[in-house]
Amino acid sequence: MQMQTPLYAEGELPRYARHIALREVGGPGQARLKRASVLVVGAGGLGAPVLLYLAAAGVGRITVVDDDTVSLSNLQRQIIHSQDRLDMLKVDSARIAMAGINPYVTVVPVACRLDAAEAALRVQGQCLAIDATDNLPTRHLLNAACVAAGVPLLSGAISQWEGQITLYDPAHGAPCLACLFPTMPADDLLPSCTSAGVMGALPGIIGAMMAAEAIKEITGAGRSLRGRLLLHDTLWGENREISLHRRAGCPVCGTIHGTTA
Amino acid sequence: MATLDILYFAWLRERIDLPRERVESSAATVADLVAQLVGTSDRHAAAFADLAAVRVALDQQLADFSAPLAGVAEIAFFPPMTGG
Repeated sequence: MQMQTPLYAEGELPRYARHIALREVGGPGQARLKRASVLVVGAGGLGAPVLLYLAAAGVGRITVVDDDTVSLSNLQRQIIHSQDRLDMLKVDSARIAMAGINPYVTVVPVACRLDAAEAALRVQGQCLAIDATDNLPTRHLLNAACVAAGVPLLSGAISQWEGQITLYDPAHGAPCLACLFPTMPADDLLPSCTSAGVMGALPGIIGAMMAAEAIKEITGAGRSLRGRLLLHDTLWGENREISLHRRAGCPVCGTIHGTTA
Repeated sequence: MATLDILYFAWLRERIDLPRERVESSAATVADLVAQLVGTSDRHAAAFADLAAVRVALDQQLADFSAPLAGVAEIAFFPPMTGG
């Protein structure tokens, strides 16, 4: 008789009791989380809550890509890092925090700047990729790799007091990033967190929404953000939802998955 | 003339210094409306100086700048955000 490797370590399961109690997750959903493999690009403001909540949720394997180190000005919002880990690689600092909240999660730290080859390599075999980066070129690079591999891409972005979140997935009828934003704006129109500032709790809000959408996507709970862009404005306390569609002739996803626009 | 609610997000809002405004317009298309807005102040002109990256939603549906405004009540202009 063949012995099956148990899904959970001894004593691990009780930590997921509040997820298992949810009708939409339950034991089967928790098992899907445990078997899931997720790529998170960016271990900064948005990555902080994404990584902590996905580790706490028991997502089995989490690959974290970031080439940066922890600096003092990060700690106003990047709460996965800490004072005693200043100057450490963010992926290593994140792994310590994630292991601290759940030692049963496999964290794969990748300390590099994403390029096309690395992106293609890292999206392979993932059930979901999460874009928590801080620049448009990397976002487009990751988008192209996800489109090519047919991996859905959960994308969040922030600016000062506002955030955007959607799920790009042209393999299932939703647009890709290049459908929505085909043109890269001029550099001077795109203030970075460095020059424009960012309200500290904002990446917490948007990042936690991303973590929730990731848990929904993996467990199959509820209605996803495929084809819907949420705009959240903390300064004015408002939300907007915009219905999206694929762009006919999109140079990134148009020929790979056929146009539905 | 129609009464339109216009919403601005991210750096568009920052440049115009308004989250939203109500405008009387007889513009036939989004592009016509932008031309009208650009004429209202230097701030609007600066915000709409480069339309390449600006997207528009009509009544919360993504649309093109050539789209007609007939029957539309709310126009939202938003750019890509990049921060993370």
